[in-house]
Amino acid sequence: MTKLSLIFLSLLTWGCSILAAQPAPDLEKRLAEAEKAVKAAQSAGDNAWMLVSAALVLMMTGPGLALFYGGLVRRKNVLSTMMHSFILMAVVTVLWALVGYSLAFGEGNSFIGSLQYAFMNGVGDAPNPDYAGTIPQGTFMVYQLMFAIITPALISGAFAERIKFTGMLLFTILWTLLVYFPMAHMVWGKGGLLNASLGGRIPALDFAGGTVVHITSGVSALVCALYLGKRKGYGSDPMRPHSLVFSTVGACLLWVGWFGFNAGSALAASSLATSAFIATHFAAAAAALSWLGAEWIRTGKPSMLGGISGAVAGLVAITPASGFVKPMPALLIGLLAGVVCYMMVSVVKNLFGYDDALDAFGVHGIGGTLGAILTGVFATKEINDLFKGKAMGLLEGNGGQVMNQIIASAIAWGLAIVGTWIILKVCDMTVGIRAEEGEEVEGLDLSMHGEEGYNFEA
Amino acid sequence: MKKIEAVIQPHKLEEVKEALKRIGIDGMTITEVRGHGRQKGHKEVYRGMEYQVDLLPKVKLEMVVPSSRSEEVIKTLGDAARTGKIGDGKIFVFDVAEAIRIRNEDRGETAL
Repeated sequence: MTKLSLIFLSLLTWGCSILAAQPAPDLEKRLAEAEKAVKAAQSAGDNAWMLVSAALVLMMTGPGLALFYGGLVRRKNVLSTMMHSFILMAVVTVLWALVGYSLAFGEGNSFIGSLQYAFMNGVGDAPNPDYAGTIPQGTFMVYQLMFAIITPALISGAFAERIKFTGMLLFTILWTLLVYFPMAHMVWGKGGLLNASLGGRIPALDFAGGTVVHITSGVSALVCALYLGKRKGYGSDPMRPHSLVFSTVGACLLWVGWFGFNAGSALAASSLATSAFIATHFAAAAAALSWLGAEWIRTGKPSMLGGISGAVAGLVAITPASGFVKPMPALLIGLLAGVVCYMMVSVVKNLFGYDDALDAFGVHGIGGTLGAILTGVFATKEINDLFKGKAMGLLEGNGGQVMNQIIASAIAWGLAIVGTWIILKVCDMTVGIRAEEGEEVEGLDLSMHGEEGYNFEA
Repeated sequence: MKKIEAVIQPHKLEEVKEALKRIGIDGMTITEVRGHGRQKGHKEVYRGMEYQVDLLPKVKLEMVVPSSRSEEVIKTLGDAARTGKIGDGKIFVFDVAEAIRIRNEDRGETAL
């Protein structure tokens, strides 16, 4: 071996050792960068879906609910009824920005959140891993806000055509503070009494708001209808819907918006969102058919109003179950909801004689309770493994879950009844709650707002 | 001059208008109205709540014509509006004291 070749060999070994040592830090750096890029891509995808979902849920209130309810009243009350939905898009937003988000989602006790996020303190780009780890907390905050807007708007179906506007404003502000925020915290807030994923003592399943949104609003609607009394002329004057065209457009917008409501509640652009989307759509379709069918048999004709009422009833009932059940149980839940809610508004309501003008209780209170209980029956770990491998619903062998669902529903009923009654009493004693007889006869559009929906000479 | 007032089925309006135009009557006022005579209404059901609807949509035509033409107009209008079923409507004829064209103060039949 020559001296030259020795030098060459040692050079080669040295070179190789450098080459071998060099890639290690380089690879780690590139791996970290790749991980960062994957996270950013997931975050971008999830955030895009959640922002769209937030907008879809707002669309449910305006124009969805405004048109649905606006069409069901007499023409002299069309604007006031639309106003009952629209004004909450403004009022609840301000409440939410100041204290609402914090009271619902701040880490407090079992019943109400803290003030840690008051005035949007600490709510920004960084995700809140307790709720949604891949999207900015700002997105989560604004998404949840849209639920807080629609819930009190749903109640307006019960007091339509006879409430005083100042009374309505004070009522919904107090109701959102004292009924909605505590209920949202109990079910969805960290440490809430009923929160199944974040350490609640009574874990109840409520994917998108069966208890929080529909039971609270529906039961409160019944209390409002009973407290305010019947509309003047109820039972003797004709009170036909003035435009079922509006109502049909509104209900279809609700149906589309509900994809944001339920599939969005996956809080990510995930396969769970797809599953909830399908369950939601299937239940709405089945319920539209079953309400129509029941009506067809009973009165001899299938009506447009029956079809859209059924679809809404199915959407209500599937709300708590949407992220926990397979497609076939979703069809079944819708089927039951359509028939049960139809019997409620067309038979039971007339037996008791209360004037729930637009059937907020019959559809949301009853449909919501039915859905909450059936969630405990049909929930499956194959769709959502929330209990880490353990059985979810009754059909998987967890009979106790039905009990938890009933307890959660009972708490929502209780809070709604007591809270609403006290708030109505306070409003009645301060600003007044029911319109004067003359104002009601003239129509709330003119007497409360000084305008009319349809101007003949314009 | 005679005022002819007819309440007819809304779906017959086009036919009546065309028939009147053919005999040279093209001035008229039309209103959408609701009413009923011997025709019975119908039942509507909204979420189980039944309503008896007995005021049905009709169209009211009003026109003023020279007295000499009134019978011809009544016949043309009636023939065009007739289906032979209950609910076809009615024609009323009034004497008109005076007619004035607002634009140039023409009076009587020249104002028509």
